[in-house]
Amino acid sequence: MDWEAFVLSVELAIGTVLCLAPLALWAGRALACHEFRGKGFVEALIALPLLLPPTVVGFYLLVAFGRHSPLGQAFEAVTGHLLAFSFEGLLLASVLVNIPFAIQPVQRGFEAIEPSVREAGAVSGLSPWQVFLRIELPLAWPGIVTALVLTFAHTLGEFGVVLMVGGSIPGETKTIAIAIYDRVQAFDDRSANVMAATLLVLSIVALGITNTLSRRIGRRRG
Amino acid sequence: MADPALVERAPARAEPAAEVLSVEACAQGPIPLEIGFSLRAGKVSALFGASGAGKTTVLRTIAGLWRPESARVICGGVTWQDSAAGVFVPPHRRRVGLVFQDYALFPHMTALGNVMAALGNLSASEREARARDLLALVRLAGLEHRRPAELSGGEKQRVAVARALARDPHVLLLDEPFSALDRAVRASLYGEIESIRCRLACPILLVTHDFEEVARLADRVLVLERGRIVADGDVGAISARADLPIIAAAAEAGTVLVATLVEVIADRRLTVLDTPAGRLFAPLLDAPLGTRLRVRIPSRDVILAARCPEGLSVHNALAGQVVEIASRPGAVADVAVAVGQALLRAQVMEDAVQRLGLGPGRPVIVLVKSVAVTIPGN
Repeated sequence: MDWEAFVLSVELAIGTVLCLAPLALWAGRALACHEFRGKGFVEALIALPLLLPPTVVGFYLLVAFGRHSPLGQAFEAVTGHLLAFSFEGLLLASVLVNIPFAIQPVQRGFEAIEPSVREAGAVSGLSPWQVFLRIELPLAWPGIVTALVLTFAHTLGEFGVVLMVGGSIPGETKTIAIAIYDRVQAFDDRSANVMAATLLVLSIVALGITNTLSRRIGRRRG
Repeated sequence: MADPALVERAPARAEPAAEVLSVEACAQGPIPLEIGFSLRAGKVSALFGASGAGKTTVLRTIAGLWRPESARVICGGVTWQDSAAGVFVPPHRRRVGLVFQDYALFPHMTALGNVMAALGNLSASEREARARDLLALVRLAGLEHRRPAELSGGEKQRVAVARALARDPHVLLLDEPFSALDRAVRASLYGEIESIRCRLACPILLVTHDFEEVARLADRVLVLERGRIVADGDVGAISARADLPIIAAAAEAGTVLVATLVEVIADRRLTVLDTPAGRLFAPLLDAPLGTRLRVRIPSRDVILAARCPEGLSVHNALAGQVVEIASRPGAVADVAVAVGQALLRAQVMEDAVQRLGLGPGRPVIVLVKSVAVTIPGN
């Protein structure tokens, strides 16, 4: 078991969840509650990372993070090191790749709230902020938790994009998924097996949590 | 119950109530609207019309949930909305109570929690006691800790009413509150609304497409057609307007009269009611003399005769004069007859109109087979 890779993966997953949570909450609610022109286009754009092969996403991110892109140059000017093949670059890539996993369940969660329930909050004297905290958040909560769990689990297991953008620098960009690949290449099946089983168990737990929560949504609406 | 919000109203509503709410709204679409009316305290007004006429839009405008292109809403001297002056008070700062058609209870809160959520103006300690009082008022004591999913349709409606009353509303808006309920439940909830209206000092606006609700609950009717008010008056006058298609369609509801109980003939098990149409006999009622009542005469239960016949089972025979005759589909005619101060409607076969030679101005005897009497607030 490569503990360094495991810890790095957990750090990356927590970082991704922390960055995406506010974004997903805002964007998911906006998509659920408002109709605007180009909404279909925005939704398609959000779903794009689900369809594209990770190597394609990784390739474009690598180009965007590289020394010849404005983003890469700006990052290097501020921090003194390259964005590509760094933990920061990996985190940014992970955030972008996980956008659909974070936003879509949150959107579904807010969509499940009847518009009249939200209006009833306002008519009952609750300010928009109170309606959000006391009515919308508790009702959309299962969707929000689902989004966070999915994002966390998906980040732990992400392989293609991480390999393209991060390379495999121990302690910096070598995540557990990369470590498994490494061990298999080195014919160290025992280590690969332990790490693969760890990821398998974590994924099953994550699915169990999200399933339980989505059933709770169904019950509450019934 | 000691209750600051639910002020006992002056008896018999003798003094003229002040105008509390005035609404003007104008919009092109999606729901065209061009309306203006004002409501008085303590009165139930019905906004009556077919679905799609814009009834709910009017309620949503008053509550601030919808902003028409131009609107002016003034409640109790406070301007809630004046598009010309750029004034818009958001819904949560308007003192309105709104009972939604689907009740829109907060599904994650108990009945008590739903009512307490609307009591944000009180301190935490007062909130629960007040919410319990309100739930007791709508006869839900004992169900405080049920969630909406565990309540029946009628119980949900009561929670919604209690929640709407929690804010001490300056106007109470009811959006088709009975449409999702079956008949038996409705009947008991009508009584509930009537008893609440007797305790409430604010105007009540009821949106409905069911004339029976109008006849039962409303003092005044605003008939809405394609976003415009095509008739506005007290329920008796409007119910006699056979020229309005929607009223004609609701003909079974018949004419509504305000009546006073003037005499009890105990040995014949009858009561005598004084109405604008003259004296009417009704079955014995359990109410003291002088009680104000509401009498509904279904137009199918009105028979017209050229002369007063003898030896009839019918108690009520009134002399009147035909005002107008309108034909309806199915060889049926709607005959409006002026009787005393009132206008009664009769639904008869067109053939009968021919045989009796009925026409405007013609004297006629109106025989009333049945009268439905309700006591408001009971």
